Amino acid sequence: MNSTQVVVVGGGPGGYAAAFLAADLGLSVALIDPEAKPGGVCVYRGCIPSKALLHVAKLLDETRHASAWGVSFGEPKVDLGKLREFKNGVVKRLTDGTGSLVKFRKIQYIQGVATLNDSHTLTVKRADGVDETLRFDHAILATGSSPAMPASLKIDDPRVMDSTSALDLPDVPKSLLVVGGGYIGLELGSVYAALGSAVTVVEMTDGLLPGADRDLVDILAKRIKQTMKAVLLNTRVVQMKAQAKGIHVTLEGEGAKPAGEGKSEGLAPDGGGNVQVFDRVLVAVGRRPNSSIPGLAATRVKVNDRGFIVVDAQMRTDEPSIFAIGDVVGEPMLAHKASHEGRVAAEVIAGENVAFAPRAIPAVVFTDPEIAWCGLTEAQAKHEGRAVAIAKFPWGASGRALTLDRSDGLTKLILDSQTERILGVGLVGPGAGELIAEGVLAIEMGANATDLKLSIHPHPTLTETMMESAEVFFGQATHVYRPRR
Amino acid sequence: MIDFTLPELGENVASGDVLRVLVKAGDTIAKEQAVLELETDKATIEVPSSVAGQIKEVKVKAGDKVTVGQIILSVEGGAAVENVEKAQKSAKPEKAAAADVAPKAEKVAPRTAGKAVEQPVEPEAVEKDEPTPAEARRAPTTPGPAPARAADKVVDINRGARQAVEQSSAPELPVAPAAPSVRRMARELGVDIDQVGGSGPGGRISVEDVTAHTKRLVTAMARTDGAPTAQPLPDFSRWGEVERQPMRAVRRKTAEHLTAAWTTIPHVTQHDLADITNLEELRKRYAKQVEAAGGNLTVTAIAVKIAATALKVFPKFNSSIDLGSDEIIQKKYVNIGIAVDTDRGLLVPVIKDADLKNIGQISLELAQLSEKARTRKISLDEMQGGCFSISNLGGIGGSFFTPIVNAPEVAILGISRARMEPVYNKETAQFVPRLMLPLSLSYDHRVIDGADGIRFLRWVVDAFEQPFVLSLQG
Repeated sequence: MNSTQVVVVGGGPGGYAAAFLAADLGLSVALIDPEAKPGGVCVYRGCIPSKALLHVAKLLDETRHASAWGVSFGEPKVDLGKLREFKNGVVKRLTDGTGSLVKFRKIQYIQGVATLNDSHTLTVKRADGVDETLRFDHAILATGSSPAMPASLKIDDPRVMDSTSALDLPDVPKSLLVVGGGYIGLELGSVYAALGSAVTVVEMTDGLLPGADRDLVDILAKRIKQTMKAVLLNTRVVQMKAQAKGIHVTLEGEGAKPAGEGKSEGLAPDGGGNVQVFDRVLVAVGRRPNSSIPGLAATRVKVNDRGFIVVDAQMRTDEPSIFAIGDVVGEPMLAHKASHEGRVAAEVIAGENVAFAPRAIPAVVFTDPEIAWCGLTEAQAKHEGRAVAIAKFPWGASGRALTLDRSDGLTKLILDSQTERILGVGLVGPGAGELIAEGVLAIEMGANATDLKLSIHPHPTLTETMMESAEVFFGQATHVYRPRR
Repeated sequence: MIDFTLPELGENVASGDVLRVLVKAGDTIAKEQAVLELETDKATIEVPSSVAGQIKEVKVKAGDKVTVGQIILSVEGGAAVENVEKAQKSAKPEKAAAADVAPKAEKVAPRTAGKAVEQPVEPEAVEKDEPTPAEARRAPTTPGPAPARAADKVVDINRGARQAVEQSSAPELPVAPAAPSVRRMARELGVDIDQVGGSGPGGRISVEDVTAHTKRLVTAMARTDGAPTAQPLPDFSRWGEVERQPMRAVRRKTAEHLTAAWTTIPHVTQHDLADITNLEELRKRYAKQVEAAGGNLTVTAIAVKIAATALKVFPKFNSSIDLGSDEIIQKKYVNIGIAVDTDRGLLVPVIKDADLKNIGQISLELAQLSEKARTRKISLDEMQGGCFSISNLGGIGGSFFTPIVNAPEVAILGISRARMEPVYNKETAQFVPRLMLPLSLSYDHRVIDGADGIRFLRWVVDAFEQPFVLSLQG
């Protein structure tokens, strides 16, 4: 029987990071994934393709805005085929890269689907139809997650998409309904809006991006109001029906009232709500862990009632030989969290006494403007009754932001008022996703406001807003005047 | 108005740090509703209320240190008033007991502090896997109608999505201000970073802080390592007067050393009797001669010579185990330790090269060493380097005992009081009175097997009975 020291089930950013490090640590490694090359959802149908499209969306938005700077391009023409090609090209380049890294590291890559036989063997149904049984000392389950599709929204019509099919860019619908005001819905909604769709977002709670601080979201919401047709809060989808002319969607709640304009079809026959018609619908209501791994019951691995595999801080399941990482072990379902966990698992298997113990996991929403945060949020601090100090630096006072003609930004520090230690960072504005890394480093290093204030930041850049927000904490920001109290 | 005081949280838990307060003034709470999340050094505990009603005032906040019996909040109205009073009454004596025990336990074993010892707590108070009220409350940004619709499927999934985003911004806080490299180093050293005091601004923890903390821990550990395990003691004063005295150095050392020996060495003890009737005659005959030289011809002195010779005949008994390298160390010298009872406690002076000395010399040296031991003049050097020990309790009494091997030696001979016994003489077919000496040999079964043990002991018995073998084989 073919045997290996480590087998990684799932080749996403968590799985391949784990496999690569395990190989670097001198272990023999096999990596199993249904795709031809490592990459997973992130590279094939998540982070990477969506960012390629968002880059183009941003360009489109800027060309439209450019007339204000004295430059006019006229209405852009979009060749969807070419755009798709660009996006697919990015994916191919990356997966070719991960593919050769597998070869360089002499990792045994098996394309197929694994079934666990017991705590030390599994059988792969290979893509070529052959069954291959593998003996392993340790396994790392990195099977990820899939888009959730609630039964009430599941109608068999290609015009109702999940994030995967939406990334394929089948066409640019005249009207698009996005169900779910979380980051996936807003990012993909932004892409379609930039391409020319009239986008309506329906969100069941009273705000977009639940979990992010409201002052950050408000700035995004203001811009979304201009780029999208409507944002319906406190509203939910009751029913969807596929008709020849479009998807008839029954809404209930605040946004269900017949609007003055739009294609309102009046009240639904059952009187329950308001029916609106859309060319396409994107359902982005969350993701579910892929914990239904074949043969899992033959091991002692435990799955909790929310569908996540239970692991300890060393990423070990209840079966000592089996580890699990990434989306399948819990939230946040983010690629960078998965990679970090994967590396921890590999190190533990190699005999190192390490654990997954981050102080801050950054979250980034790649809308325009971007929103990013890490560590403690203001809302959380308030909720926990923690005495924190908040220091905000509005981008209207940033030279760099003004040169970009984008003063709609905010940098915010959440600090321990006694020790002035940085506990959380929140950002909104173009490039927030890049800026947040400094916040993560500050929190991980236990930096305080003085450290941040005394670190010279380059001028003119948006990073200065980090330094100046620390100055705000002391009431001495160069570009913000605060009268003494 | 009724006060809710912090109930007893489990054995040895007298206080904790408030992580979160789960209720606020104005809330109406039910009995058993969680009101606090408390972090003790053993576990994070949700504290359920024993009272019900509307909260008038919450008297603690996150970050406070609270002790058992401290008032947490006060409520007005509501049911279960009489229950509350009852609960408070019964809680008081327990509280006193818990507060009493904890510091003592800490004293005995400081290194258990901060370790994740399983702690019996109310089952419902332990943090569970499923969402607790506290977790549910971690969705602070969704006030309004959302919870009311929580039954809907769509809502459920959206909740999942929301938590995904929320938790990303909610790592465990508060946490020690230390860089990832410092935290990793602490973990590798087995040090809880939260226990390390930081010397930097705002308590930031440096590599040096971790090193210093580790050193302190190691020192503290060395002091308690091998000491009798620190189980919580009852309050002895409940049954009568007691007095506490510090353990003296010799006593503490003995306790540590013997605990280590007893817990690491698989002991076997074999017993036998030696007929020393003839030897006793010889001893008496030559006692004066030895005495004149300043010595004291005792059974112990003779036993030293016998043991020394036996070690030459059975070299396995003159060895030590090196578990670190999986080796047995064979000694080519013969030093015999003698347990001496002093007012300071048990001391074991060593007679060096006992195989090269005659019984007279040994008697003399033994007398000197014993005297030094009793008058506290003995040097450390004179108590080191032993290969085999002898413990003679015969001067006091008893017959047979199970001596503990004086590690890293591998065997010890225990001698009890000789007494006249009727012994059957085959030749004369009669019982005759003989002076019989009870001998007990304990040995380390990792090195010495039972057959070797009894062969050794038989040889010792023969030597006591026929001292001629000493010069024949020694």
